[in-house]
Amino acid sequence: MSSLDRRQFLKAMGGGLFVFFSAETLTEAQYRQSPSRASLPSSDFNAYLQVKEDGRVACFTGKVELGQGIITSLAQMLAEELDLPLDSVDMVMGDTDLCPYDAGTFGSRTTKYFGPQLREAAAQARAILLELAATRLNVPQAFLTISHGIIHDSRNPEKRVAYADLVKGTRIERKAEVKAEPKPPSSFKVSGRPAGRTDGLPKVTGQARFAGDIRLPDMLYARILRPPAHGATLKKVDTSAAEKIQGLKIIRNGNLLAVLHPLPDQAEMGLALIKAQFATLSPAVNENSIFSHLLKVAPEGSVISQEGSLEKGEKSSSRKFDESYFQHYVAHAPMETHTAMAHVEGKKATVWASTQTPFGVKEAVAQALSIPSEGVRVITPFVGGGFGGKTWNQQAVEAALLSHRAGKPVQVSWTREEEFFYDAFMPAAVVKIRSGLDSQGRITFWDYRVYFAGERGAATFYDIPSHRAAVHGSLWGGAGAHPFNTGAWRAPGTNTNTFARESHMDLMASAAKADPLAFRLAHLKNSRMRRVLEEVARSFGWRDFPRKPGRGKGIACVDYLGTYVAVAAEVEVDPQKGDVQVRRLVCAQDMGQVINPEGARMQIEGCLMMGLGYALSEEVHFRGGEIQDKNFDTYRIPRFSWMPKIETVLIENQDLPPQGGGEPAITSMGAVLANAVYDATRARLFELPMTPERIQKAMARAPHKKA
Amino acid sequence: MERIEFQLNGQTMKLEVEGDRKLLWVLRSDLNLPGTKYACGKGLCGACTVLIDEEALRSCQVPMREIAGKKVVTIEGLAKGERLHPLQKAFLEQNAFQCGFCTPGMILSAYSLLKRNSYPSEAEVLQAMDGNLCRCGAHPRIVKAIQTAAREMKEKKG
Repeated sequence: MSSLDRRQFLKAMGGGLFVFFSAETLTEAQYRQSPSRASLPSSDFNAYLQVKEDGRVACFTGKVELGQGIITSLAQMLAEELDLPLDSVDMVMGDTDLCPYDAGTFGSRTTKYFGPQLREAAAQARAILLELAATRLNVPQAFLTISHGIIHDSRNPEKRVAYADLVKGTRIERKAEVKAEPKPPSSFKVSGRPAGRTDGLPKVTGQARFAGDIRLPDMLYARILRPPAHGATLKKVDTSAAEKIQGLKIIRNGNLLAVLHPLPDQAEMGLALIKAQFATLSPAVNENSIFSHLLKVAPEGSVISQEGSLEKGEKSSSRKFDESYFQHYVAHAPMETHTAMAHVEGKKATVWASTQTPFGVKEAVAQALSIPSEGVRVITPFVGGGFGGKTWNQQAVEAALLSHRAGKPVQVSWTREEEFFYDAFMPAAVVKIRSGLDSQGRITFWDYRVYFAGERGAATFYDIPSHRAAVHGSLWGGAGAHPFNTGAWRAPGTNTNTFARESHMDLMASAAKADPLAFRLAHLKNSRMRRVLEEVARSFGWRDFPRKPGRGKGIACVDYLGTYVAVAAEVEVDPQKGDVQVRRLVCAQDMGQVINPEGARMQIEGCLMMGLGYALSEEVHFRGGEIQDKNFDTYRIPRFSWMPKIETVLIENQDLPPQGGGEPAITSMGAVLANAVYDATRARLFELPMTPERIQKAMARAPHKKA
Repeated sequence: MERIEFQLNGQTMKLEVEGDRKLLWVLRSDLNLPGTKYACGKGLCGACTVLIDEEALRSCQVPMREIAGKKVVTIEGLAKGERLHPLQKAFLEQNAFQCGFCTPGMILSAYSLLKRNSYPSEAEVLQAMDGNLCRCGAHPRIVKAIQTAAREMKEKKG
């Protein structure tokens, strides 16, 4: 973005001190590795902060609050550097007119990549304010101290000036330079301390506004005719019965056929009256045949990590292992379905969207309406959960097209059925691992192949003399892989890869007659990983776990983008029904500097609770492009009755920059529970989710299968 | 069209509506009270929970004609002016939410639980709240918040 663009933002902003900064170079296009999305605007800044004339400080960023709590943790960083109370900081998020371009909010990236830049920009603002104060008070900077937004002479507290007075009537613009040193963690007063969420009050009083809560005069609610299956085409449609509803409007725009009404339930009723015939493709795959299909269509693998010689490793093995691990499709299923309100007037459009990528919405809407993107403003209210699923913005495009045609504001709020139908699922995937042990019980080689889960978490961190990891196909699928969309699901790729790696480690530990914890430690030099394992074992009571029938313990660990996590679980398995009740989960996490310990614990707890789902019950049932799960009756997500006792241990590591904590802890859940189920039943599960039927089957096999 | 009279958040409402329209949509669109959320439309998730004569019910399943003469309370009507209900206070203090979308339904379901059982054990809370879904995994804190509120309400009653 040029200085001209910068001025555009400033026009609307009033006076004060502005510091512009750039936090990310990775675009969403690069993230998705999709060439069709490559033409995103480049920028030399993607956020800025303002010290306002009233002394308050605001941060303008395209990042959005999805429930993960960055509205609080980013404000804490800002408050820390500028010596302000937390409630003097405003976060302005996800408004494309007020905030510069940002690729989106995903991948546990906000605190890790955005945080340090925000902190440096704030440190620079602080330096400028000190400079101004030195001149104003005629006091050398060395004698100035700041508290609560007031700068005073440390020798004479009467000599003082507030931020507000320093910036009043001015307009100072700076681009962040790496000059000002942020504070050392040891001096933190706001950052690193537990803080209550700043978005709390509106959320407990029903005042928090989500995209579906926006009301505009004259607005219409739209319901859209959907095919029964992906790939189906509309053959015949009769709208005559629906047209009899008073006030109802039908819009057909290419393949989009929608019913609009001033009342949402009347639109719904209108849709139900439409008679439509679709031609469907004959289903090629279902949840039973998907894995052999994926292996058949998988492209050549690319090796992402390699060391030593597999051949040599194999030769020195006294025992070899060859196993496959399977992951079914999993839905994001946020409580808030994809929703958008669009108001299109000529070449201008305003869109309120539940999205993780407001600037993605902006571009998509501009393209759909064939208007310049400068005419599109996207506003992101609170988002009711994303988990990676709200990087696709189809609902916003639909709302914009319909508003354009209707000449009125239009809301599109997907039903739960539509949410399941159009979700870009966590991909079904297969991992194949070949490995060996020598006579001493040390791992000799590790040959890892992952099909369609993605590469994140595929490389091993264990000390193995000969190893290789190859990745076949990406998590986005590609031609002929999946009958519907797949995409990034909280900790993309890593849930599947961790399930496979950590299950296989356990399987070998068992073959070596070694304790699973000791076996891991024997193959680990990394001190951060050893520490989380030791901490989790201590808090869990791993070494003196009392053995009881039907109960088992499991352990697993992961390095997720620099955050180290170990989880231990205690489960109880019903020997007849195969039901798993998770009794206890202990998680130790080293995420470097912790900005908001309370927020970090909330994210870990959320990860563990959510992870129970893909581990035990969540699986999309389908016949070709037909999604058979339509609601929470057949698609079971974790509930209160599943809730284990959860303990979280945050490792002190304040000297390492923050590594991010929105995703890491979820990745161990498949493996830690599979390992605990094995410990309880001697039945090894190779397929997620571990439904009661699969556990029953595995138990029936268990006596014959030597572990 | 039917003429339906009921109490809404302490005020008398007289509406001309189709009696089989569901309360959820009338609240959200006709009455502009969007604190009550749609999330499944089938009474499977609890996001649309409201109190009807102090009982927590799924407003996506309740036809307007059934609330005639009854008292309806939505999340917007739970606080007394600026004074939060002990449950709202406890949810705030325990950070018992993340995205906040299921929160109104959670709080009102908990309200109804505490009416029936003023001091529930953890197991009783888990059982009573089992029909309310939360995708963010705030469950442990929600349970804590409900028990904290129960304690506070009991102490007040003395």
